[in-house]
Amino acid sequence: MTTDLRAKCAIAGLGQTRMGKNFDHPNAMGFAIEAIELALEDAGLSREDLDGLLVNPGVTWMENAMASFSLQQAMGLTDLTLTATMNLGGATAGAMIMHATQAIAAGMANVVACVFADAPLRPPSPEKGKAAGGSAAAYGFARGLNAYYGQFGVNAAYAFVAQRHMHLYGTRQEHLGAIAVAERDWANLNPAAQFYDAPMTMADYNAARWVVEPFHLYDCCLVSNGGLAVIVTSAERAKSLKHPPVYILGMGQGHPGGDPMDTLVSGAPLAKKTAFKMAGIELGDIDFAELYDCYTFTVLVTLEDYGFCKKGEGGPFVEGGRIGPKGSLPVNTGGGQLSSFYMWGMTPVAEAVVQMRGEAAARQVPRHDIGLVSGNGGILSTHSTLVLGANP
Amino acid sequence: MASVGRPIPAVTPDMAGFFEGARRGQLMVEKCDHCGALRFPAHDLCAKCLGRGATWVPVSGRGEIYSFNIMHQVYHPAFAAEVPYAVIVVKLEEGPKMISNLVGIKPHEIRIGMPVEVTFERGGEDLMIPKFRPRAR
Repeated sequence: MTTDLRAKCAIAGLGQTRMGKNFDHPNAMGFAIEAIELALEDAGLSREDLDGLLVNPGVTWMENAMASFSLQQAMGLTDLTLTATMNLGGATAGAMIMHATQAIAAGMANVVACVFADAPLRPPSPEKGKAAGGSAAAYGFARGLNAYYGQFGVNAAYAFVAQRHMHLYGTRQEHLGAIAVAERDWANLNPAAQFYDAPMTMADYNAARWVVEPFHLYDCCLVSNGGLAVIVTSAERAKSLKHPPVYILGMGQGHPGGDPMDTLVSGAPLAKKTAFKMAGIELGDIDFAELYDCYTFTVLVTLEDYGFCKKGEGGPFVEGGRIGPKGSLPVNTGGGQLSSFYMWGMTPVAEAVVQMRGEAAARQVPRHDIGLVSGNGGILSTHSTLVLGANP
Repeated sequence: MASVGRPIPAVTPDMAGFFEGARRGQLMVEKCDHCGALRFPAHDLCAKCLGRGATWVPVSGRGEIYSFNIMHQVYHPAFAAEVPYAVIVVKLEEGPKMISNLVGIKPHEIRIGMPVEVTFERGGEDLMIPKFRPRAR
């Protein structure tokens, strides 16, 4: 049984707080509320119009299993007909938009806010003279034997996968560097990016300290305080709102299971199959791609897995600035999570909306009819694909 | 001793057989009582057959480097004097993978595919903990 959801719904509002060392709110909840207010205003809607609320809590409030209810109470929303706290890691943003679309198409909700917020950074402390908290160690990823062996954090786990890719396919450090440099070039065209006005060459990339080999500092995503929300509604309703609708043409998920070290493949092939079929597109129809980039390496694998190049050829593919501002395939056009801000899967979603509307100013890509948005969680464990369109 | 101050793992009931084996100088993995699949670390049930119940069994202690990283960032004070240090993934001859450390070699000399064998070091007051060292092929 299938129901055609192609272009049934659209993203009608985008709300983005200031990103990075932003201490406007004492916790993530405050950033979530601000982002939703901004998204409603952007759409030309009010709180009373909302009947759906989907929440992806970031690291600092992840343990609040009923975060969506807490948020509903905190912002005085009444009589919702859809809500959920969702977590597929970096694939959550895409999954929330899918859930909203399904519910709206089924008549279960009309206007759904999907929000991510986090506040891992603390204001500078006068006693210590430096920011407190926010380290990966505080997230408690390491226990037992792994801690004894010194295996801490997600960086270290991703490094294992990247190392095997380098071994099997001859991927080199400069290939990862080419992705970091391309995204930085994009960020320098984006005033909202944390690394705006901070150019980086390959030499700068190589000179940066190692975090965990094969990852330099600039292979790893930023840490950001902030909130990001989108408003999803029916395509019909979206047409009457303030901005041109960003149509949701295709949606898919893929969660391969098993050990990513064995396959070096993400969930993208599986998610792409469903999403491209729904959208009725092929890879060549994609004008630009906003790919989940917790690490440079994630972008490399994702490019391979969507078929932009063959498996193992992601390294040579990104050489020569191909994915940068002057390249033939624009990727992560706002600077991505490596150089703009780290809002999990909402970072690529937000940039796609800006590009699709033609509001990206200095970084606007020339063709923006069809955009690809990927989300990725865990260690290549979960994956979401959205195909967005400027036209239904 | 290099390991002074490292966070000592708790001997949880599900991992007790692993540490008992280590004390005898044997590297142990869990074997599913139903389908015989080997696994590490301990799990309540078998991901292959969903059977409950498993027995710790000794393995050869031989394997090869499946992957590795070289840690530069200090996440725990015990490692401040050790960075950069390598963490390895060993693929055992019997199949399961283990995260560990490799002794007797500099981090930047480690290569994927390198043959290794288990060795044990004292961890804390009363535990023996497996690490690996290079072996001839």
